[in-house]
Amino acid sequence: MYPYYESDWSVLPPEANRRFNPAFNMATIKQVVNEAIERVRMPTPMRLRDLIRQIRAARTAAEERSVVNKECAYIRSTFREEDSVWRCRNIAKLLYIHMLGYPAHFGQLECLKLIASSRFTDKRIGYLGAMLLLDERQDVHLLITNCLKNDLNSTTQFVVGLALCTLGAIASPEMARDLAGEVERLMKSPNAYVRKKAALCAFRIVRRVPELMEMFLPATRSMLSEKNHGVLITGVTLITEMCENSPDTLNHFKKIVPNLVRILKNLILAGYSPEHDVSGISDPFLQVKILKLLRVLGINDVDTSEAMNDILAQVATNTETSKNVGNTILYETVLSIMDIKSEGGLRVLAVNILGRFLLNNDKNIRYVALNTLLRTVHVDSAAVQRHRATVLECLKDPDVSIRRRAMELSFALINSQNVRTMTKELVNFLEKADPEFKAPCSSSIVLATERYAPTRRWRLDTLLKVLVAAGNYVRDDVISSTIQLITESPTHQGYVALQLYRALKEDLQNRQPLIQVGVWCMGEYGDLLTSAQADDDLQPPTEEEVIEVYQRVLWSPQNTVTTKQYALMSLMKLSTRFTNTISKIQSMISTFRTSLHVEIQQRGVEFSQLFGSHNHLRAGLLERMPPLDDGGTGGKDPNQLNGEADEEVLFGSGSPDAEEDEAIAGMSNTNALLDFLDLDVINPATRPSLASVSPPGPLTSSHSQPVMTNNTNNQDLLDLLGLGPLGPPTIPATENNNGLQPPAMPTPLDNGNLDFLAGGEGLFAPPVTDNVILEKQLPQMTAYEKDGLRVIFGLETPSVGSINPDTLTIHVTATNNTLSSMTDFLFQVAVPRTFQLQMMSPSGTTILPNGRVTQIIKVSNPSKNTLKMKVRLSYVIDGTPVNDQIEVNNFPVDIWD
Amino acid sequence: MMQFMLLFSRQGKLRLQKWYIAHPDKLKKKITRELITTILARKPKMCSFLEWRDLKIVYKRYASLYFCCAIEQDDNELLTLEIIHRYVELLDKYFGSVCELDIIFNFEKAYFILDELLLGGEVQETSKKNVLKAIAAQDLLQEDEAVEGALHDIGLL
Repeated sequence: MYPYYESDWSVLPPEANRRFNPAFNMATIKQVVNEAIERVRMPTPMRLRDLIRQIRAARTAAEERSVVNKECAYIRSTFREEDSVWRCRNIAKLLYIHMLGYPAHFGQLECLKLIASSRFTDKRIGYLGAMLLLDERQDVHLLITNCLKNDLNSTTQFVVGLALCTLGAIASPEMARDLAGEVERLMKSPNAYVRKKAALCAFRIVRRVPELMEMFLPATRSMLSEKNHGVLITGVTLITEMCENSPDTLNHFKKIVPNLVRILKNLILAGYSPEHDVSGISDPFLQVKILKLLRVLGINDVDTSEAMNDILAQVATNTETSKNVGNTILYETVLSIMDIKSEGGLRVLAVNILGRFLLNNDKNIRYVALNTLLRTVHVDSAAVQRHRATVLECLKDPDVSIRRRAMELSFALINSQNVRTMTKELVNFLEKADPEFKAPCSSSIVLATERYAPTRRWRLDTLLKVLVAAGNYVRDDVISSTIQLITESPTHQGYVALQLYRALKEDLQNRQPLIQVGVWCMGEYGDLLTSAQADDDLQPPTEEEVIEVYQRVLWSPQNTVTTKQYALMSLMKLSTRFTNTISKIQSMISTFRTSLHVEIQQRGVEFSQLFGSHNHLRAGLLERMPPLDDGGTGGKDPNQLNGEADEEVLFGSGSPDAEEDEAIAGMSNTNALLDFLDLDVINPATRPSLASVSPPGPLTSSHSQPVMTNNTNNQDLLDLLGLGPLGPPTIPATENNNGLQPPAMPTPLDNGNLDFLAGGEGLFAPPVTDNVILEKQLPQMTAYEKDGLRVIFGLETPSVGSINPDTLTIHVTATNNTLSSMTDFLFQVAVPRTFQLQMMSPSGTTILPNGRVTQIIKVSNPSKNTLKMKVRLSYVIDGTPVNDQIEVNNFPVDIWD
Repeated sequence: MMQFMLLFSRQGKLRLQKWYIAHPDKLKKKITRELITTILARKPKMCSFLEWRDLKIVYKRYASLYFCCAIEQDDNELLTLEIIHRYVELLDKYFGSVCELDIIFNFEKAYFILDELLLGGEVQETSKKNVLKAIAAQDLLQEDEAVEGALHDIGLL
């Protein structure tokens, strides 16, 4: 039987002889038979509903995962084997698995195979899979475009329908271009089922690729003469999209207004039609679409608006409002009336409808009313004012959506007559509001008081209430505008200081802004505080009581460094205003000479020196602030939250007052401090020249260049204190520490700097006048601001005698004001050929929320042309890539002078 | 234009997702998770609208299922509620008093019905009858194919 073994079986020992191993023989036979059977009969794959049952029966997530993984592995293997019999079932299972959140991308190509099948069942599941698994980023698009093209030419309307539906959902610009012709042909099909789907496909195509609009125009026009509501509504949708895209098309379609009016009239007046009735209203979907198109056509056009006045009035008065459907139509009608050039009477009618909405029991209707009133408040303020009480009532609604709308509307309703009552309500609201409301609400109250405050005293009181109520959520603009207001109100300073002192004696947790304003005022007006007129029954505090507050503030671990900087500065000021606690103040300040935080330590050391050898200068240095200039704070970024400000330096705003403000704000930079001390000896030529036109922005933070900054501080301080002559700067300031200094630059005073940090002796050492490195205050300009990304150029012009007199150094700072990180940030620049451009590598490619990336660009301009710049930006936010390109032409003219 | 529609259960399980704009899978998951948690945290008496990024979210609960749509700024929120309601009516008619299990086990049918009501995020048919007729005709096509296939298998065709 096995002749192959015959020859040698006798020479092998029995145990090695396979012929004599019966187990082996049986196993071989079984295996061969089994394999044969397998090959003949593929097992039927599990049915979809059995899989769903199994997954639902899983008791733990791990169990579910194992069922899914097993099935996925099986499905993959059938895909590999090109099993076409069960492909449809397997894809259906995969789609279910995909919905549970498991990866299913490996099914994409199989979906295309299903689509290519001739069976309708396969196509139906295949297209469903394509819509779920592909999106327009996929490379398989070329393949699916071909499938779609075939099916768009099918004779079965449902196959065409599936293809149109898929195209409408996932059309990419390329697909839109390739298939627009087919869609246009189908829009003229005699079959209404195909026509309506083709119209919506055209709508998506126009949306993706507006320049394809032209070809659909003829087919679109005829759609309005249809009886079929499906065709009508899709036609109206398409026309609306086209009109919103191009003013020419808008003008072109103005002549269809009578048609639209007729259709709408028929809908209202026609009797009950069971097919399109929704609780007594005939086809609300179509009515709303027509009303919206009328609005688009009637905006800013008196004649067209005239033609629709009547029908709008008819809809507004004839619509039954007991159900949501009726209100849906009324809502759309009101929007149209308010947007077009409608008659006065009609507008009154519309606002009255909204008034009724506000009183409706249905929360949804109330929300819509608030929303719409907000849009109409600028059109007809008096009419909206009548509903003020109701709006204020909505501030107390438990629903956050309604509260937000009510808050915005309340601010829009404030005027000089009602500011007291409105602000009172809003401050009450602020106290109890969710954190997300506190920052915008407090800033808005501040703005409102600025515009409408009846008296200064009232305004100050309101600001203090805001500081107390909003706590840490107060934005920095509130702090600075409060301080500014106080400096401008000499008659109220004592009163305010006393109020703040009382507020600071209360619980201070989570109220950094309040503490900052509080200690600032107490420092400035300490003398007025202790001698203030007692109002009510409270006596002004004694000096010791005031110092106690400082002790709490300075040693509380909850307070931020910024707050402590405010407090130290303020305490220092008190040393010239108080008489019998000076030694106490001195000992408190000297404890900070060993603070672990370098900024605070610097203050501790410097201020202690003022008590020592320079005691005679102290009174002059710590004089009261002059009133701050309004312009200095106006341009501040209101999005800053407390605590971020210590790196956001205001030098760019140019006016010395703004810098003083900044210094007072306890900022880290000693330059500012010295400016504030009013010993400004910085060469006036280095002052920012264009600053008044450019909004202020962040300067490179001192944290990133500790050595350099301290050096310059050191030098400046020496110079400013008048202990050494300051020549004109000979070398442009360099702010970077990555080797970009010109080679001729002297070695920075590392040693002196360290000495100063260690013992404080270096601080007042004789200056090394040869090596003056002056950190210039850079004029700044905002180069780009969009979608939360802001790019600021700090312009460092070459100074006299520098090595490269033609080279402008631009310090680019990109900040992210959104809540998401920007990744892959790329900043590119192009300049005309006469310029030479050198770009240093950026500090990073990811900008965290509220973070920044800096980069240095050097532009040399030997031919002294006007600088123009093209800037290209790209980054990825929330997974979406953003690209933008702008031209920056607003460089100041005198940069090369 | 509607940007997407999500159906999910009270337990936060996704039952249906329809996207009319292209997003990477990862972002879709993130959006879905975020919306499901936000909406489930809202109390039943609250209004049906949410402002979320630059979109308006309109949602409504029917029995154990939440229907949630994201629409653009100039879309009518109240009408979106009507669209949701229309879809529920269609499901109800098709399945005969629909329940969550019907949608779980026949999710593809639920998609088919939605695709006859909306296309590219806009309403394509305002007559319930027409939608159901189109679905029934397509189901019939499928059944014919099944019968044909079976006859093939036993050698009668």
